[in-house]
Amino acid sequence: MKQFKGRPVVAGSCTAEALVSHGGFNTLASFQGALQFGNFPILGNKYKQTECDDQNNSDLFGKPMLNKALCLPQTIGSTTGGMVLYCANAMKKAPACMLFSEHIDSLAAAGAVLSAVWTDKPMVTVDCLGDEFLDYVKDGMKITVAEDGTVTVE
Amino acid sequence: MDYKMTLTDEQKAILDGVKGETMAKVMKTLVMYGDAFGAEKMVPVTSTKGHLVTSFGLKVMAPVYDLMDQLIEGGAVSGQKFSVDPKPLDPNVPAGFLENFVFNKFMYSMQNSYDAQLSKLGLADTDAYTCTCYMDEVGNKPKKGDILSWAESSAVVYANSVLGAKCNRNSGIIELFGSIVGYVPYFGLLTDEGRKATWIIEVKTESKPEAQILGSAIGMKVMEDVPYIKGLDKWLGTELTDDVCSYLKDFGAATASNGAVGLYHIENLTPEAVEQGENLVAPGAKVYVIDDAELKRVKDSYPVMWKDKNGAPALCFVGCPHLSLAQLNEWTENVAAALKKNGLKKVTVPTVFTAAPGVIEEFNKTPNAGVLKGTGVVLSYICPLMYMNNPLCKKKRVITNSNKLRTYTTSRYYTSDEILEEITRGAK
Repeated sequence: MKQFKGRPVVAGSCTAEALVSHGGFNTLASFQGALQFGNFPILGNKYKQTECDDQNNSDLFGKPMLNKALCLPQTIGSTTGGMVLYCANAMKKAPACMLFSEHIDSLAAAGAVLSAVWTDKPMVTVDCLGDEFLDYVKDGMKITVAEDGTVTVE
Repeated sequence: MDYKMTLTDEQKAILDGVKGETMAKVMKTLVMYGDAFGAEKMVPVTSTKGHLVTSFGLKVMAPVYDLMDQLIEGGAVSGQKFSVDPKPLDPNVPAGFLENFVFNKFMYSMQNSYDAQLSKLGLADTDAYTCTCYMDEVGNKPKKGDILSWAESSAVVYANSVLGAKCNRNSGIIELFGSIVGYVPYFGLLTDEGRKATWIIEVKTESKPEAQILGSAIGMKVMEDVPYIKGLDKWLGTELTDDVCSYLKDFGAATASNGAVGLYHIENLTPEAVEQGENLVAPGAKVYVIDDAELKRVKDSYPVMWKDKNGAPALCFVGCPHLSLAQLNEWTENVAAALKKNGLKKVTVPTVFTAAPGVIEEFNKTPNAGVLKGTGVVLSYICPLMYMNNPLCKKKRVITNSNKLRTYTTSRYYTSDEILEEITRGAK
């Protein structure tokens, strides 16, 4: 077990299973399948499970993101990113929390803040957890986030 | 709410609800957003117009439409008129029966109602749909020093770098909120410190580098940092002519999409670099040297996402970001000349050129409009990226000279010269 202290961008507590992206997380590319096609059963279970649709992200491609503790350096890609995160959260297709090793970027911050102010389920968001956090955490580990931004990995 | 930044009495009053609950939530969002970046204050948006990145009526964006309804009902509409990114659909663009069915009945079935929402929120006019709102023919060109609340990445980097305006790389919705309240948090690219370059790029090529590849190389290297580029004035000169601005538009879009660049400086060319020179370079800036071999390495690294990598192209897009009037004329003349040289009358790959409605209107007044029509090229106001953003197009062999389109879709990148060759040669 190891603890990391970060900065709560959207404070809250939660427990979830880790899902780790070592490269930048492309929000639009990751969620576009789940958001666009998740309501069409004919397209199969893949999109209902909010599997990551970003073929350029070898860590996450094809893995379900719903209710996971998404561990990442920063988000990258289209400046629709914040809006996409907000939609994912409002549509109950988002991770349980987002845990950034680096300072949060402007697109992810927008998504986190929009979810906090305009939905009834803020997405817990912590940044500045450090490179060691991303080196240590692995897919499937148990993550517990405290209100003060302390992240316990076990 | 608890917040760290200093607000004026007027801003505090808005946050406390003097202009209604909805406006208070809009302000709260911006304050929380600014606090995340240590913004010390909010500053007024000074541009005449805003610009929104979200133009598409995707059925699945229901939460966005709900939010827009809340804003309209709460009287929280934009204080400035705005333009918006291009529409996703145009009946003139080639599409099969299944594609048209999916586009119109499923994906973009909310387009008309979303367009109506945009009108109520402050859309400048029904032709204000383009990613290149800063073109003279469109009329949303900020002045040097203007503070903007924009999000479209290619427009933000152009406004910051070429026009000398000041804008952060905001997200969709956040940019609308800034235009509604009339203030944006003061951090990042709005500050003198945030506009300093932390990279020096030394361009040492033997010829004028392809804008889209040079931008890609720099974007991938510096990510969200600010580069100060030396050696490019050798190829571009020191004047911001129409051709140079078109080059910088495409170059900047590649830096922003292949990385996350919001501002670049080009020695002896862009406004702040002309004024301040190397004083713009922060101490300890890293150095990246780009020669022809490096550009080739970058181009060769692009993955080909086609299932049949040797298959013939099914469609070609040129104009992401939208073409300038100068580019439309140049492409038209080049295509016509290449077809004549090859003994052909029409392009041999279905091809779409895209530009802003205002640019198309001006182009249509020129003799080249008839020439382009004669070549079989379709001229459209569409957003190629939105057109391709679906599983049906993932299987389509699309070619483009846009590094942005390549990055976000399965389209295959070719240089402009290669594209010209592809679309004007006979069957193999």
